[in-house]
Parts: sequence; C-alpha cells; structure tokens
Amino acid sequence: MTSIQFVLLVLVAAIAGMGSVLDECQFHRPLVACTLVGLVLGDMTTGIILGGTLEMLALGWMNVGAAMAPDAALASVISAILVIVGHQSIGAGIAIAVPLAAAGQVLTIFVRTITVFFQHLADKLALQGNGFGVEMCHVGGLLLQGIRVAVPAALVAAIAGTDTVNAMLASIPEVITRGLQVSGGFIVVVGYAMVINMMNAKALMPFFFLGFLIAVFTNVNLIGFGAIGLICAYFHIKGLQRDLAAQEAAASGAGGHTGDALDDIDDSDLM
Amino acid sequence: MEKKLSKKDLVNIFIRSNFLLGSFNFERMQAIGFCVALMPALRKLYSGEEYAQAMKRHLEFFNTQPFLATPIMGITAAMEEKKANGADISEATISGVKVGLMGPLAGVGDPIFWGTLRPVLAALGAGIAITGSIMGPLLFFVVFNAIRLATNWYGVMYGYDKGTELVDEMGGNKMRYLTEGSSVLGLLVMGALVAKWTTVNMPLVLSSYTNSAGEQVTTTVQTILDSLMPGVVPLLMTFACMALLKKGVNPLVIILGLFAIGIVGYAIGLFA
Repeated sequence: MTSIQFVLLVLVAAIAGMGSVLDECQFHRPLVACTLVGLVLGDMTTGIILGGTLEMLALGWMNVGAAMAPDAALASVISAILVIVGHQSIGAGIAIAVPLAAAGQVLTIFVRTITVFFQHLADKLALQGNGFGVEMCHVGGLLLQGIRVAVPAALVAAIAGTDTVNAMLASIPEVITRGLQVSGGFIVVVGYAMVINMMNAKALMPFFFLGFLIAVFTNVNLIGFGAIGLICAYFHIKGLQRDLAAQEAAASGAGGHTGDALDDIDDSDLM
Repeated sequence: MEKKLSKKDLVNIFIRSNFLLGSFNFERMQAIGFCVALMPALRKLYSGEEYAQAMKRHLEFFNTQPFLATPIMGITAAMEEKKANGADISEATISGVKVGLMGPLAGVGDPIFWGTLRPVLAALGAGIAITGSIMGPLLFFVVFNAIRLATNWYGVMYGYDKGTELVDEMGGNKMRYLTEGSSVLGLLVMGALVAKWTTVNMPLVLSSYTNSAGEQVTTTVQTILDSLMPGVVPLLMTFACMALLKKGVNPLVIILGLFAIGIVGYAIGLFA
C-alpha cells in the first residue's frame, strides 16, 4: 500500500463514518463503502463483489427513531481492507464483517452519548448569540463519527496483509467463521422486526403476510413487489375513505370526531 | 422594512438539510442539526438577543425521518419570517408545529424510505454487484440520491411556500391516508424481504418449538420444510425479534444472541 493509498483509505473511512450518522448519501452502505475501498486499493471488482454480498446481509440494518442498527460503515471498510490487502475469501470477509458491525454499533452509541456534551455546549453558545459556535458543535459531532471509523481503519490498514494478521485470520476456528456466516444469513431479521414494530399497525399485517406468501411461492422481483404494494395501498386508502365517509355520515351533527374511533387500530399491539 | 428570506437563503437551508443528523445525540437527537439547518434564516431575520432566543428555541428536542424533516424546516422558516416581521407567533406555536409534524412525517417517511425504497434499490444493486459489475453500486447510489435530493429540495421549497397552510393540510385525513398507504407498501415489501432476503439452511431434524404466538411448530429437515412453507424459520425469527424488541430488549443483545445461535447451531449440525 502506498502512502497516497493509505491517506485516501483513511479519507474513505472517515466519509463512511460520517455517512453512518448522516444516513443521507449512503456512503456507509457496504455496496458503496466496499466499492470505494476497492477503488482506492486498486481492486475495485473484489470491493464490488464483497459490497454486494455484505449489502444483502445488511439490508435490514436501519436506524429508525432512536434505535441503533448494527454499524455497516466499520464492517464494510475494515472487512474490505482485510479481504483485498490480505487476499482473503469473500466468506472470510463476511465472518469478519459481522462482529465488526456489532463493535461499530458500540462505538457509534459511545459517540452519540459523547455528543450530548456538544448539545450542552451549543445551548451555552446560543445564549451568547454565537451562531458560528453552534455550527461548530454540529461539525464536532460529525467529525467524531468520522474519526470513529477512520482510526480503526488506519490501524487495520497498517497491519493488514502481514503474515501475523493472515495467520490470525486463519487461526479463527472454522466453527466460528462458518457459524458467523450462518448467522449472517438471518441476522437481518432484527432490522425487519424494527421496521415492522415501528409501523405498529396490527390491522395492516395481512399485507405483510401477502408479501411473504407471494415471495415464497412465486418469482416476483422487488420491483414487482413495489407495484403490488402500491396497488394494495390504493385499495386500502379507498376503503379507508369509504369508512371515514360512512362514519362522518353516521356522526353528522355529533361534532367533528371523525377518525378518532378508528385510531385504535394503530395503537394495538402486534402480538 | 420588511425582512424577507431570499431564494439563496432557502438553497442554503436545503444544503444544510443534508447534514441534519451530523450531531445526533441521545439527549435531543437532531436538535443541533435542525438549528444549524435553519441558521441562514435566523441570521437574516434576527440580531442580538432575539437571535440568541431564536437559536435556543431550535435547539429543542427534534427527531424525524431525515428527508422529511425538510418540509418542517421550510414551514418553520416561513413562520420565523412572519414572527420577525411582527406577526403574533409565540415560541410555543413554533415548537408546537415542529413537535406536531415530526411524528406523522416519520410515520410516512420510515416505511417509504427505510422500509421500501432503500431495501429495494440495495437488493437490486447488490444482485448486480455480486457479478462484479460497477453498475450495481452505481444504480443504488445514483437512484437513491436522486430521489433523496429531490425530496429534500421540494421539502424545503414547498414547506416555505405553503407555510402554516401545510400544517392544516397535513392535520386532516390526508396525512392518515399517506401513513397507512405507505405502511401497506412497506409491510408488503417487508414480507417479501423476510422470505427472500434471508438464508436459513437446516440439514438436521429439529424436533419442535413454540413460536412467540404460542403455536407449536414442528420442523424437520429443510427439504420437508421447503415443500411445506419455505421461509417459515426467518418468519418466526422475525416475530421473536419483534416480541423481544417490544419487551425493550436492546437490539444489540438480540444480534449477539443470533450470532450465538448461528455458531452453536453450526457446531451441533443444526444449521449449515
């Protein structure tokens, strides 16, 4: 690895780290982060393939509300470095990525707790009328997120590919690497469960089962599911409009409380 | 002289909206990000003590789906503009609008962007990427960001143009239709993802166990499972996770538990 490559690599890691908190451009997703690491290290094809593989694994990792998902940024960057520099298999990449995602999650929770300090500093600066200071508090929090991925990535890049590291990777018992790969196949359900809980609509669960059944028994692709979903949503809204209109007609004169009676479907627990 | 926000100020808010989550923290979440996004407007409209108070009121707790925070930014900018010109708008009214909108907008945004758009584009991109083609990452990155930037842009502009009018519009049934419609779409795609984008292979006989709904499920070899209902194991795992999350179990603990299940399951030959 040349020193230019090293600097670029740290930069990519920092961008992925910042992307992990911003969740806007998606630089932290394996599909993008692994590709960029591959580009910097001169083996983009391996990066793309690893990124695609890890993306499948991380499909359900999402930050919804205050809940934290496993961290795709640290996992993607470091496993791409180890696989590309150390000429490891994609399978080894998955095995490395899974525990790294958990470690990254701990790190981001740590940073998001430290950033509370910036929050209080911003309060103080705001009262002094220091707008620039408030902006710097924002930048400070963002930079910490970049550093939390850049520093581990730099450390790993410094030692990746050495005989010691390759020997260490080879010494992980097969039961662990294979076991992690096996769990990689279904770890994504945690993310799915988070989203379903977030929508919290027991009355709409038949649509979930419909999607499940169509997927199990047909070869419809995801674009198809999107289209079917839109049609279902159309009919559901039509039905809802009819219900609300009927309710309004029934309650006419009693005051504008439409909708309240139906609200309880959103509050009911799923199980 | 009337104070007026220029197009440039709004563009500035749009640019800053892309960094909303930068200083996300567990106390007030997107608070600093929201204040910083609104800063071009606050700087233009206020000075001195009023400026300090304006910053302070936008450092309050804020959290919503990041792309759909932009209409709230637009509306708030419009309200601040009126307030700066002497309209009778209290701090509580501005806070009320923000707090009142962030929940419903997250309810629409989470199923659409996190539940549907990103998984669909990512799965399509990943499918292409596995063959080693750059088209996979490019498709995901370009399409997702085009939709996201358009949402942020129109969010700020539309929110500002409509101002508080939009609050009334969103207060009615429309918002409810949008939320339920996007939940229908999101749940249908989730059902498909649970079935298709999970891999569980159980070569051994697994006697029986009880799922979280209390039903007795007997599973044997994977081939028998597949002939009956493929994907039933990830489905049950999803339900188990939902139940655990509802009980307040930390997702990280669940993930570590699933790793343990994977390793132990592989060791005893349950999974492969």
